[in-house]
Amino acid sequence: MAEPSEVLVKMSNICKSFGHVEVLRNVNFEIGYNEVVGLLGDNGAGKSTLIKTLTGVHHPDRGEIYWKGIKLEDYSVAKARDLGIETVFQERALCEQHTIWRNIFMGREIIKVGGFIDTQKEREETEKIMKELMGFTSSALSVDSEVRDLSGGEKQGVAIARALHFQADLIILDEPTTGLSLSETQKVLSFVEDIKRKGKSAIFITHNIYHVYPVADRIVILDRGRVVGEFEKSEISLEELVNKLYLVAQTGSLNNQGATPSSSGSGKDDLQSLMP
Amino acid sequence: MKKEQGIFSQHQLQISVLLVFFGVLVLFIIGSPQTFLSGNIYYAFMSNIPFFGILALSLTLVVICGDMDLSFPSIMGFAGYIFTTAFHATQSVGLALLFSLLVGLGAGLMNGLIIVKLRLPSLVVTIGTQFFWAGATQVLSGGLGKTLVPTKASSLYPLFVGRIGGKLPAQMIWMVVIAFVLWLVLNHHRFGAHVYFTGDNPHSARVMGVNVDRVRMLIFTQMGVFAAFAGILASLEVVYFWPTLGQGYLLKTMAAVFLGGTPVTGGVGTIFGTFMGAIIIGMLEAGIIAMGMTGFWTQLVYGLIIVVSVAMYSIMGRRK
Repeated sequence: MAEPSEVLVKMSNICKSFGHVEVLRNVNFEIGYNEVVGLLGDNGAGKSTLIKTLTGVHHPDRGEIYWKGIKLEDYSVAKARDLGIETVFQERALCEQHTIWRNIFMGREIIKVGGFIDTQKEREETEKIMKELMGFTSSALSVDSEVRDLSGGEKQGVAIARALHFQADLIILDEPTTGLSLSETQKVLSFVEDIKRKGKSAIFITHNIYHVYPVADRIVILDRGRVVGEFEKSEISLEELVNKLYLVAQTGSLNNQGATPSSSGSGKDDLQSLMP
Repeated sequence: MKKEQGIFSQHQLQISVLLVFFGVLVLFIIGSPQTFLSGNIYYAFMSNIPFFGILALSLTLVVICGDMDLSFPSIMGFAGYIFTTAFHATQSVGLALLFSLLVGLGAGLMNGLIIVKLRLPSLVVTIGTQFFWAGATQVLSGGLGKTLVPTKASSLYPLFVGRIGGKLPAQMIWMVVIAFVLWLVLNHHRFGAHVYFTGDNPHSARVMGVNVDRVRMLIFTQMGVFAAFAGILASLEVVYFWPTLGQGYLLKTMAAVFLGGTPVTGGVGTIFGTFMGAIIIGMLEAGIIAMGMTGFWTQLVYGLIIVVSVAMYSIMGRRK
């Protein structure tokens, strides 16, 4: 666990309910500088609510959020972005009928005067982004390519490059590999490695431990609104992690050593579903 | 996908609309050379097309934004009523114009507020407000028209519907200016970019920081203002206000937008396409009659050209 002085974001005792349903229960969650955290959990574990709280979409009922040691007040989506928190949404938040350069600057256009867009500059910047951040050197792609013509991995690349370009310190990737082919998934994982290489931090939310394990520094397991496990990657092998996830799925905690995938007839089937 | 796209693939839709225009023009020249090789018919077009052309240009923004507005003909009529009443009360074309445009702005803003704040579908809301403003016009005017002949004495009159050089209708200049301004806004201004993003994917636009609600409200507001302006022009052209003003414009206006290549699904569309679409629609009625066919053929030909053009654009879009 990172020391307080090294913590980029600290979420402390976060509680959130929707009506009578308690979605987050005293969640403590931290991300250090230049750290990739894998956030794992089943549907309904509270991953999305936790992330939406961190990005200012939801306001916690109780608990505090600290950014670089400073407690955040009047927190909002706009404030989160101003601080340097970018989210790559599962649905990628792209406008498919528009060009790559239009999408890169969506909502944050480069303005000349009177609200008029400096299209020349946006196109030049996009060209740089495509080469330097996305590694797109293919002659088949240009800044004028429409997003609908890109592959799933390329679309994800645009979304991640957009987050990187705006100098985000923390990039949240919500299920970034869902629905992608093997090669496209590989491309996205190399984008995540790039985030780390560039000295930034990331939260990688996924169901698939085989995708997150190679790129994460730390794994946090969320279940039914609680953090039930937290492991430095150096402390746990992939097989051990699979076993622990299986335990959580079966029992809701990591304490019941009786239930393991290898000791249960149905365990193999469950594990199959985790495979990429 | 090609890195260097040719002019045709970049502006495929606009070129197609131009081809449809030239196709229709050639057909009419062959069918009725004495009419279509004379300049007079084109001046007649330029006096009539701007009334629904301005509406179509404004409606293009609404459709690109992924919405629909069916209330503009009634706002046009109501604004015409306000213009006439205000003019008779003040004897000032300028004041009447101001009141009328403000009413148009208010009516458009009301559409926007209901749609955005109550999260209701624009199609349904504007069907309701279409009846509301049409009814209000009838109730307040008592179903009676009113002359606007005294407006001819105003120095502002020729500015709106006068004839430049004795021939060129001023309303055509207004249509060209409005088209240019809307083109500039849509293609080069942040607001225009936000209109396209909102129509393409409102959720993506919202999470990327576009104020989708404000964009939609402004879109309906500008539609109200331009509907009022078109109502004023139409009333001044015939120097008479009639309570059913605007009622014949709904389908023609929508046809101009769709013929111009703006799909009802939102996110794409061009001002140039709608401009040409309005000219084609405006030419059809006169052209069909000039070719010796009865007026009954007009709607049939309208329908045919619109369906064929829209199908053609759709096929082109899929092949792109």
